[in-house]
Amino acid sequence: MTRRHTQGFLIVVVAILALSGAPEAQAQSTTMPSEDGQWTMPGKDYQLRRFSGLDQINTQNVNGLRVAWTFSTAVNRGHEAAPLVVGDTMFIVAPFPNYLYALDLKNNGALKWKYDPNAQAAAQGVACCDVVNRGCFYDDGKIYFNTLDVHTVCVDAATGQQVWKTRLGDINTGESITMAPLVVKGKVYVGNSGGEFGVRGWLKCLDAKNGNVLWTAYSTGPDKDVLIGSRFKPFYDGEKGKDLGVTTWPPEKWQLGGGTVWGWVSYDPETNLIFYGTANPGSWNPELRPGDNKWAAGMFARDADTGEAVWAYQYTPHDLFDHDEINEHVILDLPWDGPDKPLRKVLIHPGRNGFMYVFDRTTGEILSATKYTRNTCIKEIDLKTGRPTNVEEKHPVVGKVIRDIQPASPGAKDWQPVAFSPRTGWLYVPHQNLSCDYEAVEASYIAGTPYVGVNEKMYAGADDPDSLGYFTCWDPIGKKIVWRLKEKFPVWSGALVTAGDVVFFGTMDGRFRAVDAHDGKSLWEFKCGSGIISQPTTFKGPDGKQYVAVLCGVGGWAGAVVAGDLDIRDPSAALGFVNAMKDLPKYTTKGGMLYVFCLP
Amino acid sequence: MSSASRSSVLVLLFCAALCSRAFAQATQPVLRIAADPNNLPFTNDKLEGFENKIAQLIAGDLGAKVEYTWLAQRRGFFRDTLKHGDAEIVMGVPTEFEKGTIPTAPYYRSSYVFVSRADRKLDLHTFDDPILRKLRIGVTLVGGASNTPPAEALARRGIVDNVVGFSVYNDYSQPNPPARIIEAVARGDIDVAIVWGPLAGYFAKRQTTALEVVPVAPQFQPPATPMVFDISIGVKRSNKALRDQINAVLARRKPDIDRILDEYNVPRVPPPAAAMKSEEAK
Repeated sequence: MTRRHTQGFLIVVVAILALSGAPEAQAQSTTMPSEDGQWTMPGKDYQLRRFSGLDQINTQNVNGLRVAWTFSTAVNRGHEAAPLVVGDTMFIVAPFPNYLYALDLKNNGALKWKYDPNAQAAAQGVACCDVVNRGCFYDDGKIYFNTLDVHTVCVDAATGQQVWKTRLGDINTGESITMAPLVVKGKVYVGNSGGEFGVRGWLKCLDAKNGNVLWTAYSTGPDKDVLIGSRFKPFYDGEKGKDLGVTTWPPEKWQLGGGTVWGWVSYDPETNLIFYGTANPGSWNPELRPGDNKWAAGMFARDADTGEAVWAYQYTPHDLFDHDEINEHVILDLPWDGPDKPLRKVLIHPGRNGFMYVFDRTTGEILSATKYTRNTCIKEIDLKTGRPTNVEEKHPVVGKVIRDIQPASPGAKDWQPVAFSPRTGWLYVPHQNLSCDYEAVEASYIAGTPYVGVNEKMYAGADDPDSLGYFTCWDPIGKKIVWRLKEKFPVWSGALVTAGDVVFFGTMDGRFRAVDAHDGKSLWEFKCGSGIISQPTTFKGPDGKQYVAVLCGVGGWAGAVVAGDLDIRDPSAALGFVNAMKDLPKYTTKGGMLYVFCLP
Repeated sequence: MSSASRSSVLVLLFCAALCSRAFAQATQPVLRIAADPNNLPFTNDKLEGFENKIAQLIAGDLGAKVEYTWLAQRRGFFRDTLKHGDAEIVMGVPTEFEKGTIPTAPYYRSSYVFVSRADRKLDLHTFDDPILRKLRIGVTLVGGASNTPPAEALARRGIVDNVVGFSVYNDYSQPNPPARIIEAVARGDIDVAIVWGPLAGYFAKRQTTALEVVPVAPQFQPPATPMVFDISIGVKRSNKALRDQINAVLARRKPDIDRILDEYNVPRVPPPAAAMKSEEAK
């Protein structure tokens, strides 16, 4: 009896919450995307909203979710990809050696076909530590994805037969690819990884029909290489001038200048622009590259057809802390100027540097840049100049230990993508609370060259010394945290939000969680076989039921301590991340497995 | 007295060698080495590097057979070979390098060197020579937040604009990727390269143009990183016994090892006098 009463009461409370939250939010939010029950690209749509209109699974019934079926990927490294669903088939791409699987949704995920790109085994030894893959992309009957050994592949979605395969770079020079491509209107956009190896960053546009490279936009070098021309109209004066990709470097240093493009590319059909961020200035230690080092640690808005830069912005001139700004640029139309005013075309970028940027995406003007975690190295972003005001005491100096630099190099948030609900108007941000010490100490050795490395030791930021991870609900118009969950480890998985007002994300200790989009209340969780660092998705199955899918398999930079069996006694392993993650092996082992959930 | 203690050490070493030989014959031991297949003068898979030769010498002395695990020496090398693989040793690591290995006693000590064309007569010895502000200088880059010591020494003197970087990784499909910087000096693309000694000594001899190889000065200028490193054999952490065995061989076969290093023109600098004295006192 008590029980029934309590239950009834709960339902009433939830109903009130739903009433008070949703309608108001709906009124103040962007237009609702149409929903076909599929999930055909990692970000769900070109705008990277990761919102599904499915609502069979909602805040009231999500606690009944159970495993429908599973699938092992036969790979033990970090799984970062999103399971895609097209019709009655699911597609997943595994970490190196980058198998692509097609699974039959009418038959409990039975294997339809497997495609092996025969990625060079040498890629592991010659490329960097990280063998992850951030997913494949479906368009017009084909699956597109990238391989660690620098190829883009097009595979027939029905048969698993290779349509074309194009080599875009050379693994022998330290180049690799880990990002998921974007495919729009017959064009495939792909960027490289490998900034640590003296690689020069680029984004290439391929013809979806045959894989031919249509144009290449470099992140450093002369304007003609960066595709900066007559249409280039940046908002801030600091981004104006001829050949800044050359003149903001000491002579010729742009050639090994980094600025790789290993994150997300978004596309705005209204303006026909693509948006993406660039990684840190590579290879050169800061003192060897005085100057702003454009266009590393920045972003570009380009014409999707020609690649011409339309505007650009550099988040971190002269990057000191390895703050790659490859995080996503989410395309939204928000009632920025008030509920009665026309919606503003904005672009939201949760910065590695700890600031949540809102741009006018048509002009490149920063409408706001607000701290969303503790920050000891940047005071503010000057909205007149667009430049950050740095804290001088945190400037690294050879031979001196600098303590408590927050955000540490993975940033306030890394690659793991946010979700946006048009129902609440809020952004759901998986991220981390990491600070670090910088010191030059131990002798190290590469290929016959001894040197003294900079040790970066990471640990939880002082605001929450027991929590390396945050999951934050952010109000972009109010510029404030709505609610925040704390996690022992960095939340290295992407976020998913649904019309059922349920938010899904995974934790590195292997819990797949569902929380209430309104208040973050924990609704359900399931312990998977390994830690989760991937992108959950949801879809309507052939039986008409809503399913939720997620890959487990810990790894990536944060999880390298498990996936790479690193030595927990070496605090500087994985570029200092192991120091923060030394407990992880007690919580999870490695292993790649797909889980698909549904209601009974 | 000092000579008495030295001979007792020798007796001990001899014992160790005998014991290990006897052990070797009984079980046919294998010396498992992780090495880069494409990294002369250190190692390659044709066994042409000086570390290959020294490895053979040590194995021969222990009555063991050499087996190699080949992997490009880049990030993850120590993890994938010593930690996960079967490999027991890596032939060259800085003695102070501690990631996953225990070092043997150092078997040579080298320095970063200036490499220039002899016909240029630059007579470069020190980072404080003002001519460095006018020359085109090549340095090796290791990437990330780390610097090779010469790059750092130049930056501290404000010498930045005329410095050209050569990634130590380079194009691995070409033979001996780190040699590109020496070839650039010979061609005249750069006036001077500041390179780790063994690499410079070996490749300088193999250019058609005569090159000068001169150890840099100052060697130490705290808090800057040193220019001189002791090099040891890195042994899998769990295998202290093997380290002790190898230490014994290194001590006993020092003249043979020095001869190999000479053949490869490895520039060596003497250990600091103070350290020698304290060893003597033991």
